Amino acid sequence: MDIAERRDGDILVLSPSGRIDNDTSPAFQTRLLAALTPAAVVLVDFSAIEYISSAGLRALMMGSKQAKAVNGRLAVAALGTVVKEIFEISRFSLVVQVFDTSTEALAALR
Amino acid sequence: MLIRFWGSRGSIPTPLGYRAVQNKLRDALLAARGHRLDSLEAINDFLAKELPFSVSGTYGGNSSCVEIEAGGDDYVLCDLGSGVREFGNALIAKHGPAKKSRFNVFLSHTHWDHIMGFPFFTPSYIPGNVIRIHGCHKEMRDVFIRQQSNPCFPIDFRALGSTIEFVELEPGRTSDIDGLSVKAIRQNHPSDSYGFRFSKNGKSMVYSTDSEHKFDVLTENYPFVEFFRDADLLIFDAQYSLADQISVKEDWGHSSNMIAVELAQLAHVKHLVMYHHEPVFDDKMIEKVLGETRRYVEINEYPQKLTVSSAYDGLEIVL
Repeated sequence: MDIAERRDGDILVLSPSGRIDNDTSPAFQTRLLAALTPAAVVLVDFSAIEYISSAGLRALMMGSKQAKAVNGRLAVAALGTVVKEIFEISRFSLVVQVFDTSTEALAALR
Repeated sequence: MLIRFWGSRGSIPTPLGYRAVQNKLRDALLAARGHRLDSLEAINDFLAKELPFSVSGTYGGNSSCVEIEAGGDDYVLCDLGSGVREFGNALIAKHGPAKKSRFNVFLSHTHWDHIMGFPFFTPSYIPGNVIRIHGCHKEMRDVFIRQQSNPCFPIDFRALGSTIEFVELEPGRTSDIDGLSVKAIRQNHPSDSYGFRFSKNGKSMVYSTDSEHKFDVLTENYPFVEFFRDADLLIFDAQYSLADQISVKEDWGHSSNMIAVELAQLAHVKHLVMYHHEPVFDDKMIEKVLGETRRYVEINEYPQKLTVSSAYDGLEIVL
């Protein structure tokens, strides 16, 4: 899977694209966990993600746990309609900070 | 094969309180405004077609117990939660206490909510009845004796009038019990639990409760895919949301609706019944979860059709 990256000050923005499912979640998890170094602030921009399965959400949960362990921060932003539904179905909005847009997320994380 | 649910609630029985009943009545009366309900037929029609099940009914409060009618001579049950009390009472109401019966019970595990109905299972007190409790836990008999002994219960297990036998099953090995083919699988749950696959005349049903699925990535190699493969009915522990299952309630031994759908779709299950409902969920929440789960099935766009239901006490499904 493609995961674009950019920096906004101290914040690393990861922008994966396509589907995060059984095939692609290992790559997503590897990149996410590698990004969550001590005190890291990571935003995952979901605007180019069309679907996420339980495996993708599990990868996100691993990231959330690691962020806490290293005193870092992890947030997600710009969920598309379907991904937003899956976040609601899974109740993931209760365990990972979700922002409507990347702009809002970056302002809150700075 | 007919499957009848006597207990659908997880962890502990959850009776409806008066406030819940009043809320249902209030919602029903509000929905009835403008309807012409001047006959019993019109009222029954309104109840069946105009009200959501969370208002017209309840998912119920008894803990785990499911009956399988498979055309054999014996009664077949999965688990002995509080639902078995009502099963026993219904049996006696139908046939009277004099009818002698044999019961084959398949016990997922010995946690309290799966055995607590047994001291109130009236047929166990009646001489001539035979109750065979099949399971994969070596200590089944000890647990039943302990549950029903002083100072926890006034009537000792060994004083029960029926003949009670414990039959240890080996996971992975198929047994033929009263014409029903049965196979067990070990499940991830504190102190282990076991799922059962029942087959007869080309129909199959899987009872898989109290089972936590912890795969990182779901593949065909995951043993439960084969165990569930092409089942006509899968009764599945979907107590938690995925977020709860893999965070605060990790290792508590239960699964979620999303895992249920993904496993059922990969295994080409025809009908998924969500079971072992979270005790803090009221009827509206269970109905909401059901709607969301059906939506997740649609989102996944799997080629095989999957029907999804939520179990409720009294639900009957014909296979």
